[in-house]
Amino acid sequence: MSRRPVRAGALGRSALVHLALGGYSLLVLCPILLVLLNSFKNRAGIFDDPLGLPTKATLSLAGYGKVLGDAAVGHMFVNSAIVTGVSLAAILLLGAMAAWALTEYGFFGNRLLALFLAFGIMVPIRLGSVAILQEMVALDLVNTLTALVLVYIAQGLPLAVMILSEFVGQVPQELKDAARCDGVGEYRIFFQVVLPLIRPAVATVAVFTMVPIWNDLWFPLILAPSEQTQTITLGVQQFVGQFATDWNAVLAALSLAVLPILVLYAVFSRQLIRGITAGAVK
Amino acid sequence: MARLELSNVSKSYGGSQVLHAIDLVVADGELVVLVGPSGCGKSTLLRMICGLEDITDGEMHIDGERVNDLPPAQRGIAMVFQSYALYPHMTVRANMAFGLKIHGADKAQRAARVLAAAKALHIDHLLDRRPRELSGGQRQRVAIGRAIVREPRLFLFDEPLSNLDAALRVKTRIELARLHRELAATMVYVTHDQVEAMTLGDRIVVMHEGRIQQAGTPLELYEHPANRFVASFIGSPTINLVPATTQACSAAGARLEVHAGCVVDVAVDGASLSPGQAVEIGIRPEHLRVADGNAPAASVRFGGEITLIEQLGESHLVYLRCADGLELVSRASGHTRLRVGDRIALEADPATLHVFDAGGAACARRR
Repeated sequence: MSRRPVRAGALGRSALVHLALGGYSLLVLCPILLVLLNSFKNRAGIFDDPLGLPTKATLSLAGYGKVLGDAAVGHMFVNSAIVTGVSLAAILLLGAMAAWALTEYGFFGNRLLALFLAFGIMVPIRLGSVAILQEMVALDLVNTLTALVLVYIAQGLPLAVMILSEFVGQVPQELKDAARCDGVGEYRIFFQVVLPLIRPAVATVAVFTMVPIWNDLWFPLILAPSEQTQTITLGVQQFVGQFATDWNAVLAALSLAVLPILVLYAVFSRQLIRGITAGAVK
Repeated sequence: MARLELSNVSKSYGGSQVLHAIDLVVADGELVVLVGPSGCGKSTLLRMICGLEDITDGEMHIDGERVNDLPPAQRGIAMVFQSYALYPHMTVRANMAFGLKIHGADKAQRAARVLAAAKALHIDHLLDRRPRELSGGQRQRVAIGRAIVREPRLFLFDEPLSNLDAALRVKTRIELARLHRELAATMVYVTHDQVEAMTLGDRIVVMHEGRIQQAGTPLELYEHPANRFVASFIGSPTINLVPATTQACSAAGARLEVHAGCVVDVAVDGASLSPGQAVEIGIRPEHLRVADGNAPAASVRFGGEITLIEQLGESHLVYLRCADGLELVSRASGHTRLRVGDRIALEADPATLHVFDAGGAACARRR
């Protein structure tokens, strides 16, 4: 066994990297922590000592009580879940299939189509808000979850196709040939051979795609602001009044809104790590 | 099992033609090896037989049925790939059964066939492992097993041994030969390794630049190469090629003046040659002996200095450089006492010579 000397330079660099990453994590986590902390305080506690931990005097679950007691909030959660879930599923499925088609088959307009999709990454979809609204009005889809799902699919698809194309391209040609020799149809090759192999990439795309959809305020506000179709991100606004804001309820609702996304992240990140280690060990 | 027939098959990519009018018949139960340097089109031809590449022109029949436009699965073939191409996320069992499942074989039948193939290949204890937990040799067996369970009409092998180490390659080669005997299957095998070709093939097809140079049994190719390319490609070390000039020639033989001024009569069909023509003679290394004064006077002789000696144990190679720069190699069995720098003469019996005309075509040797 040869022991590799640990050089001071390498150690220093590693410390720097950890410092930078740790600092960034702190920066990102602080606001979330603040929201979480204050959601457990009463109104006086929030304003007197915003950075303090909840004490016996300030501890209050009033916000949670109010939010969870409100049937509309539950409905908003369901709306958010439907919109995020359906959009995510459609983006991953259609994105992976498009990636497979664009990398595997040479057909007329292939490159043009790929470029068209790449264009979608460069242009923010919000620039088209007015046109999208007009279109939804024309289609009579305003104040439906369908409108949101359609917009989010369009928003997520370009990046998904681009990332997944890269990974689909790495699936060895001989593997696909072997499947074709086995008499496996093209759809089955995609679902049973290619898709399982790019699962880590699909998980990555899922994580990148779902957070912006869940957090989006803009499109729910302009396309589906009705009581029936409000998402949780939009719904929290109802506790923010023009003259008085129910901070307990706002903070509690925000804290609760983080939970589903955390759970989904945990599910996908396991795939991520599994994919990374599988590749490393080979 | 099946008879494969290619007639006038060619392949072009865009404007460039990579295969020119290939005619080939693989008889029922025969193992034909396609061999040639890389880029000669052998793999492309195999992929066309498989159905993974379109046939640009010509006809392909399996058992008399035209299969040009059939997808791979419907041609009744199975292919073993160089990289094995096992599905990494499936167990060995699932890998072998995948094709059967697609074709709708029921569960009991699938299990029975997989087990039978696994036993024949001695991989029945590995059935629940995944490909990444197997060694290269084991993966190779699984790949072959996956081909066997489908009971195809035709087996195709694309350089299946090239990812194995030398010892394992020899072992697997012997096993493949045994498998071919047991299955009595029609097989087409692609390799660039001439030893594999010589040992495995009932018949060898030598390809070069998209054309079949010669097809025949291993010994036919070795003893009666059709041209200069086949003569140099088959045999290791490579055949010695020496320039010569014709003096007289007829269908019965040719009188040649070899570079060193010695004149020999060679028993080849010289009808296509004319006197005074530049030709090349080919001498296999094992036909060049160190001159000991006992050879018949009609021998070809080359005097020169030894530049290198390779002792291989069971045989040795002597590299000779003649005064005019001609380099020759000779092989003889056992050891040698000769040393680098010794001046010796090598000689060969005219009956062992090959003659190639200026275009590289061989003059038929009289058998």
